[in-house]
Amino acid sequence: MLEIKNLHARSEDTEILRGINLSVAAGEVHAIMGPNGSGKSTLAHVLAGREDYEITEGEVTYDGKDLLDMEIEERAAEGVFLAYQYPVEISGVSNKYFLKAAINSIHKYRDEPVISRKDFVALLKEKLELLGMDKSMMDRSVNEGFSGGEKKRNEILQMAMLEPKLAVLDETDSGLDIDALKIVSEGVNALRSPERAIIVVTHYQRLLEYIVPDKVHVLAGGKIVRSGDKSLALELEDKGYSFLQSGAETVAAG
Amino acid sequence: MIATQSDAYQESFAAFQADQSATSPAWLNEARQTAWDRFLERGLPTRRDEDWRFTPVASLAGRNYRNVQSLSLASDTVETLLQRAKLDDDFHRLVFVNGHYVEGASSHQDLPEGVVVENLASSIREGRDLAEQLLTQPVGKEESAFTDLNTAFASDGAVIDVADGVTLDRPVHLIFLSVEDGPTACHPRNLIRLGNGSSATVVESYHGRDGDGYFTNAVTQIELAEQANLDHHKLQHEQRDSLHIASSHIDQKEHSRFCSHYFSFGAELARNELNCILDGEEIVSTLNGLYMPTGEQLMDCRTRIDHAKPNCNTYELYKGILDDRARGVFNGKIFVHQDAQKTDAKQSNQALLLSDDAVVNTKPQLEIYADDVKCTHGATIGELDEQALYYLRSRGIPESLARKMLIFAFANDVVQGVEVPAVVQHLEAILLSSHGLPDV
Repeated sequence: MLEIKNLHARSEDTEILRGINLSVAAGEVHAIMGPNGSGKSTLAHVLAGREDYEITEGEVTYDGKDLLDMEIEERAAEGVFLAYQYPVEISGVSNKYFLKAAINSIHKYRDEPVISRKDFVALLKEKLELLGMDKSMMDRSVNEGFSGGEKKRNEILQMAMLEPKLAVLDETDSGLDIDALKIVSEGVNALRSPERAIIVVTHYQRLLEYIVPDKVHVLAGGKIVRSGDKSLALELEDKGYSFLQSGAETVAAG
Repeated sequence: MIATQSDAYQESFAAFQADQSATSPAWLNEARQTAWDRFLERGLPTRRDEDWRFTPVASLAGRNYRNVQSLSLASDTVETLLQRAKLDDDFHRLVFVNGHYVEGASSHQDLPEGVVVENLASSIREGRDLAEQLLTQPVGKEESAFTDLNTAFASDGAVIDVADGVTLDRPVHLIFLSVEDGPTACHPRNLIRLGNGSSATVVESYHGRDGDGYFTNAVTQIELAEQANLDHHKLQHEQRDSLHIASSHIDQKEHSRFCSHYFSFGAELARNELNCILDGEEIVSTLNGLYMPTGEQLMDCRTRIDHAKPNCNTYELYKGILDDRARGVFNGKIFVHQDAQKTDAKQSNQALLLSDDAVVNTKPQLEIYADDVKCTHGATIGELDEQALYYLRSRGIPESLARKMLIFAFANDVVQGVEVPAVVQHLEAILLSSHGLPDV
């Protein structure tokens, strides 16, 4: 579903991604781990289309199409979803309006009929229950005055409503207590399906106890330096990221 | 004598006086003449005047405008504009065309006892004290060449006089239309007086026809007695080639409440002044405004609040949305006089610039002579939040809709502050058509 080849990206004068290669198939859950500043969040935002980054080399193929050639909203309409590490507050736009606008924009892009008010309300109710959220939050402005946990839950709610094909979760576990982490993980697991791929970007192994990945990659210095199965996450937890420095050189040399 | 731009009015004033002096009462002729003399002495403001530094008005105001003495009433234009201006058929409605009251276009609902809603020319004819009292006294603390010009040409406008303890059940809608040919000027003079504990809702709308440009120079005087309550709205929809200058002067007594909602969309140059004198304790005044210039429009919003007595609260929120090469000016003066302890004054001006060429000049001006007060002011000027745009787009919302959502969200709290449903609907329709949200 997603094929990243030799991806290089920079922000102003700093090269952040230095040749990422990654292949994710439908139905798989991949975890991308790595120390702070390794380029994890950059990778997530490059996939979503953030315009602050310049792609200097490489290509990204999504569902057979050139992802890097698409507008931000086009990527979303094609089924790419990014759950933000820092969700944006939008004063004056209600969650409900926002969600309906998003769903119907995507429907219009796909030449599908717009969702009726009744169907929208029913879908929203179901997803709110899944994530243990109060419906009164939907009349409030997008993320405004939400606690850190509420914001993260709201990201997963949006994901559940939009039903993406490729979901990228950027540090969804940060700032969550254990109860919120369980709820959010259940929300994510409910979306696991043979048609959907999920990339979980995280600094800690903790989240991966709840969202068990098929593959784990370690990002350091803008490259993937190790790949393995879920046991790699445990090894990292045990040894820390420092042991990777030598690993990075090994990969580069090999 | 050096010719000045105020000479442009010389001929029309002579014609006006010749036409009016035989039928007008002596006090009015005198008030007009005095104001005229003062106008000549002051002259039109130039950019050397601090209050007009960012608002070059002289060339537009110095045009040779015709004062319309009698209406030809091109009736289909009136009808078209009227349809555009109307808000609700249940409102009391007074319609003025080029400054003259038009009975046929107005509509009178039953009024509670003790309420006068009529036109100024009738009030003058009938010798009402309110007309003489307000036309012969200075119009508040911010008199200018334009208030003088208005008094010099004062002949018609709206009069709303509500007796003690009476609630005016439905809004009074004042509609001012400019339809006559050629560059015309009109000088509506509106007088609103609410007695003790009375309350009313007023809406002023300004519209005009396309053509050679025209000039509206309006003055509204408002007196609120103890515990009176006035909700005042102004919807400025003048044609794009017109000049709109208006000032409202509000005198408030103890426990009164005044709420102003100003919405500015039209005119080539629009200047609106609100001058509030809080002459009593426990007064609450709220001044909200939204101005949305595009193209080459210039909108200048000015407020002045004089806290003269203790324990009064004022809340001020002005928002501007500026596109293209539009210019905006906000000036908010707050004077807290020595006696005005425990004053709570909040002022906020926020401007959203949608284009690199749009400019806004904002100036809060606080002068505080009392020591136990709370005064806050803030001004922000910004562009659409790029992070928010990215966030919305990353959920599949096209950029154009995402921009509309953010603009609408910015404007919406000023609109939602309005309590008259027909006015809210009217504003939402405008926001929807220009910058607003479609039903998704």
